[in-house]
Amino acid sequence: MILESTNNNQQSTINNNMSKTKNWPLWEIFVRSKNGLEHRHFGSLHAADADMALENARDVYTRRNEGVSIWVVESKNITASNPEHNGEMFEPAQDKVYRHPTFYELPDEVKHM
Amino acid sequence: MSEEQIKYLEKQFEERIARDEKIEPKDWMPEKYRKTHIRQISQHAHSEVVGMLPEGNWITRAPSLRRKVALLAKVQDEAGHGLYLYSACETLGISRDELYEQLHSGKAKYSSIFNYPTITWADMGAIGWLVDGAAIINQVPLCNTSFGPYARAMVRVCKEESFHQRQGYEIMLKLSNGTPEQKDMAQDALNRWWWPSLMMLGPTDAESVHTEQSMKWKLKRKSNDDLRQQFIDQTVPQADILGLSIPDPDLKWNEEKGSYDFGEIDWDEFWQVVKGHGPMNKERMKARVGAWERGEWVRDAAMAYAEKQQERKEKQVV
Repeated sequence: MILESTNNNQQSTINNNMSKTKNWPLWEIFVRSKNGLEHRHFGSLHAADADMALENARDVYTRRNEGVSIWVVESKNITASNPEHNGEMFEPAQDKVYRHPTFYELPDEVKHM
Repeated sequence: MSEEQIKYLEKQFEERIARDEKIEPKDWMPEKYRKTHIRQISQHAHSEVVGMLPEGNWITRAPSLRRKVALLAKVQDEAGHGLYLYSACETLGISRDELYEQLHSGKAKYSSIFNYPTITWADMGAIGWLVDGAAIINQVPLCNTSFGPYARAMVRVCKEESFHQRQGYEIMLKLSNGTPEQKDMAQDALNRWWWPSLMMLGPTDAESVHTEQSMKWKLKRKSNDDLRQQFIDQTVPQADILGLSIPDPDLKWNEEKGSYDFGEIDWDEFWQVVKGHGPMNKERMKARVGAWERGEWVRDAAMAYAEKQQERKEKQVV
């Protein structure tokens, strides 16, 4: 789960070492549980290539009909936000109460709006 | 970072956990939290992987196709559980290779119960019923542990684990209702697995070194002794249904407590097995390391194939 990794730099060195020692890279697995639902992150696994990642994901994450569709993405291709920057990233949304319906005052007579 | 800053961060961190907030891998965490989690999650993963060995022993000799597919599916689940847990552990910045290295070199521990031999078919019943039963009691509280990836892995594991226990109990039930020889076999398995299963829930509270900190981090929600009592209270009536007797002359219902009193556990045996002197410690590691080494050329070949395919694809683009 590189996108959940503690330290990107550390992980990328691990990945570099992997290619030298021929270790299988890490893949992130997304599964659609049933049609109508989105693909959701289920976890990760190691595999030599995308085909093997798909087959392994089938065996590891859908042994009991948990899915109808699988996406695999090599973990190194995911760019993740950094929780240390959560302030500048997400706080701007906090003082914008006017984006919520409850901000607008309407008389009680107006029902269902 | 100054000591004061770290203290401040640690205080904030403990408060987050106390509020039942989850900790995710990229969040700041005390070094001790990271290390403790790597130790516990990897031990847990190793136990799943080594746990396949005593049962794998019986797949080819299962008495019917029904039993065989069930056992095969159970062992496959254990491989899956090991993989969920290794992935969760890797988010803390340790590689899969390092984790395997720690297992293979003996630096990391796994559950001692797997260092006992599986000598009859009834052992498959006793393991599912008792060992998985004890594991469930240990694992259910972990579904709410503070570290997000571990908690998510445990939710998946717990969902799958109940089939394991039921298939084991069904084996015991069938043997107990069978011929006298079959019933003896079931009783013999219970005799051998009972005490090691009680030990599985960990040393007594007085001896347990990690309890207090682990409680705070929700790596543990109940003490070892409480879990053990829960296991005994729920298992004794199940043995009664089987018509088998628990191999403990001191086992007695305590009306006042509303639970069972039980005999002294042989902790010397427990520590001997933990230290590597159990009946199967060497055999288990030999099988595990051997499988890893014999599989090396397959892993390398898969990687070489993947690289070749990739190169071919790149050439086509040019």
